[in-house]
Amino acid sequence: MITLTVNGQAHQVDVDPDTPLLYVLRNDLELNAAKFGCGLGQCGACTVLLDDKPVFSCLVPVAALGARKVRTLEGLPKTLPAAFEAEQAAQCGYCIAGMIVRAQALLERNPRPTEKEMRTHMAPNLCRCGTHMRILRAVRRAAEAMGGGVREEARIGAEEK
Amino acid sequence: MSTPRNALGRRAFLANALVVTFASSRHALAQDQDKKLPQSLARTPELDAWIRVGADGTITVFTGKAELGQGIRTALTQVAAHELAVSPGQIDLVTADTARTPDEGVTAGSHSMQDSGTAILNAAANVRALLAEAASWQFAIAPSRIEMRDGAAHAPDGRQIGYGDLAASLSLEVEVKLDMPRRHGGKPVIGQNLPRLDIPAKVSGGEAYVQDMRLPGMLHARVVRGPSDGTRVKAADIAAVGKMPGVVKIVRDGAFMAVVADQEWRAVKALNRVQAGGWERPSPPIPAADLRETIHRLPAQDVPIFDYPGPAPPADARSIRVRYSRPHLMHGSIGPSCAMALWENDGMTVWTHSQGVYPLRKALAELLKLDLEKVRCIHVEGSGCYGHNGADDVAADAALAARAVPGSPVRLQWMREQEHGWEPLGSAMVVEMAAELDGNKVASWRHDVWSNTHSTRPRTAGGLLAGGEVDPPFVPPRPGPIPMPEGGGGRNGNPIYALPNAHGVFHFVEQMPVRVSALRGLGAQMNVFAIESFMDELAFATDNDPVAFRLAWLKDERAREVVQRAADRFDWRRRGAGGGGSGTGFAFARYKNLASYCAVAMEVRVDGDSGEIHVPRVVAAVDSGEAVNPDGIRNQIEGGIVQSLSWTTREAVAFDKTHRTSFDWSGYPILRFPSVPGRIDVEVIDRPKQPFLGAGEAAQGPASAALANAVAHALGMRLRDMPLSPERVKAALRPAPVATKQAAG
Repeated sequence: MITLTVNGQAHQVDVDPDTPLLYVLRNDLELNAAKFGCGLGQCGACTVLLDDKPVFSCLVPVAALGARKVRTLEGLPKTLPAAFEAEQAAQCGYCIAGMIVRAQALLERNPRPTEKEMRTHMAPNLCRCGTHMRILRAVRRAAEAMGGGVREEARIGAEEK
Repeated sequence: MSTPRNALGRRAFLANALVVTFASSRHALAQDQDKKLPQSLARTPELDAWIRVGADGTITVFTGKAELGQGIRTALTQVAAHELAVSPGQIDLVTADTARTPDEGVTAGSHSMQDSGTAILNAAANVRALLAEAASWQFAIAPSRIEMRDGAAHAPDGRQIGYGDLAASLSLEVEVKLDMPRRHGGKPVIGQNLPRLDIPAKVSGGEAYVQDMRLPGMLHARVVRGPSDGTRVKAADIAAVGKMPGVVKIVRDGAFMAVVADQEWRAVKALNRVQAGGWERPSPPIPAADLRETIHRLPAQDVPIFDYPGPAPPADARSIRVRYSRPHLMHGSIGPSCAMALWENDGMTVWTHSQGVYPLRKALAELLKLDLEKVRCIHVEGSGCYGHNGADDVAADAALAARAVPGSPVRLQWMREQEHGWEPLGSAMVVEMAAELDGNKVASWRHDVWSNTHSTRPRTAGGLLAGGEVDPPFVPPRPGPIPMPEGGGGRNGNPIYALPNAHGVFHFVEQMPVRVSALRGLGAQMNVFAIESFMDELAFATDNDPVAFRLAWLKDERAREVVQRAADRFDWRRRGAGGGGSGTGFAFARYKNLASYCAVAMEVRVDGDSGEIHVPRVVAAVDSGEAVNPDGIRNQIEGGIVQSLSWTTREAVAFDKTHRTSFDWSGYPILRFPSVPGRIDVEVIDRPKQPFLGAGEAAQGPASAALANAVAHALGMRLRDMPLSPERVKAALRPAPVATKQAAG
């Protein structure tokens, strides 16, 4: 039996110790949000928070969690999900849970990021439908709702090296 | 007025009365301009196949199309709610399910609004008329005095009867009639930005995808394959794998193999163990690392795309001839394909994110040697597919695995490497363009395009990967060119411009060095890239402004308006001079020349050191006919632009002699947040009462070409081979002889 704390609740699961956290969340705890995308830490669909850091849950063996607490989309405040809904920031939506979790980590740490910081922070997560513009709008909206805001830069995409 | 396809019996006289009543209505169903049943209704004309009204007033609407993340569930619900004069919340929409919904083929080609939207619009208008007719009996007043709203018929004196009570007195087992008037007046639902019905579950961890399904007693499976098509795993110690913890079954049939386990991770570990034995390629070697030259050289069948007449050009006409190309592209779904299958009572049920549940059922029935009625395919959303990805193949894999464990549902998901390695790719393509200029007028135009097929969608067992692996194997169907006007490799090869003496030929290459099929837009992205790049090259050669040059050859008024609106919104007239790494580009197409119109204007900055192309600003205008959900259209166009920028700036599937080497996201990088545009503005031009035009694939071509045109404007030289990668940009910027100079006539 392995014990882990997810969204404030302690759980005991009977799985092989090398089982990635993602599989435990989805199959044992029946939490849908974190998704299998690549199993390689390349796409971010499986993103969850370990304490306050975003991690690829597909790469974390459940036995390696130790005392770190897991937060998934299901356990987060509704500010970001509401902003994603308001901006209609999804097409297929398969990547969206991971996007929201990663954005949550950013706004908890810095509710006033610059546009560039936001884009850099979100870089590990892939979206194939091309919903990026709406996702960024949703994060901006949530930042404002949390009392912060994303600071515009003069010309995004235009900066020279 | 058209005659009903069969008599309406006791209602015939009243139906005629209704026709008279509504004949004075301002808006006949514009969707039925050609006076014949739209395709989906011709195939399934019975009203109750589309709409049922329960005694409690609940309304169930059925569509053979599937939600792919394109928002079709919401848009179709709006269409039904609008015509039935109810709120969207009163509609329960059932999507593609071979046991419940009409057969509408495949959800593809931007056809869903045209096919299913039009069908449901007509069916709903019919049902509303029948309900009004039933109410007129009950109220004993003329139907014209009855107001249908909020799920009830209202008489002027305040009496009302709910749809449920009205429905109890009539049968919807009748055939749909054309020319039923559209609802007018009242609260509109069409044209509203109704929030997408599927999004709440997707932002809250709800059960939203086939990947999220959990059935009692469910087992997990993985299919065993080599790294990509044409390969196979070497013999492994299967007995040892069978003894691994949790392994329930190893399913083998010929070369097909799947491992079934009690826990998902244990299935993955069993798969890894089998694969550790290595792989081999029994098929002929892959001819090149980049297959576009191979496709260009292979024997081809010549299929005419179009011939526009015109006088022969003068002898002194200037001639311009250039070549454009794209590599093989990947769908690249973020979630690997997945299916759930259950074998019980001699029947197979498959929950699938296939785009075509009916064709899939037929292929599975053949694979499993079952009667069609013994196979049910139910669509459940998956990760976005953008065409024919692994969805159908994984459904077959799951079905074969499930048949080995009767009574236990089996969930089978591909691994990332399997999706990258086995999904059918979008074909590499080559286009040669030639034109002759008489002064600054185009005097001739020639379009030659080379490509493999753009559809190997399964309709038989041989079209499924597993079909080629079982013993005896099923033979894959022979690919063929898709006829115009839709076209495959020839799609959008016919320019929308009124050019004289213009001709196009699709050189269909049957032999497939690697597995290919339908990718969003089929050949349209390449053909529009070529045509719209070439238009710019001709504008440059004749010293014309690119937008003005297009307008000079564009006769279609709606096309002109889309071009004009995009140019105005972008403030094209005040664009910079270009050069020094800064440029602006414009492109336009009407998808298939029969669906949505889309124009894209784009601003780029090219970093000469890194070769990276930055896109600070994009403006698009789109006309998709009557806009059911403008924000949904905007979402599709925005997404199409971003995806197309990813294709055009960095994507190319790579091979070595033995396999596809783009086996994960490190080997097939796509656009990430730091590289997406600064801003995208999309203007949706609404055309009330005009037919719905699909928008899902409209942006791919124009966005690619606008980028290439902007880069040419920024660099003073043109890149004609996709992707416009940092390597190609840097190579072009190096001194001659590497650079390709802009065609200057």
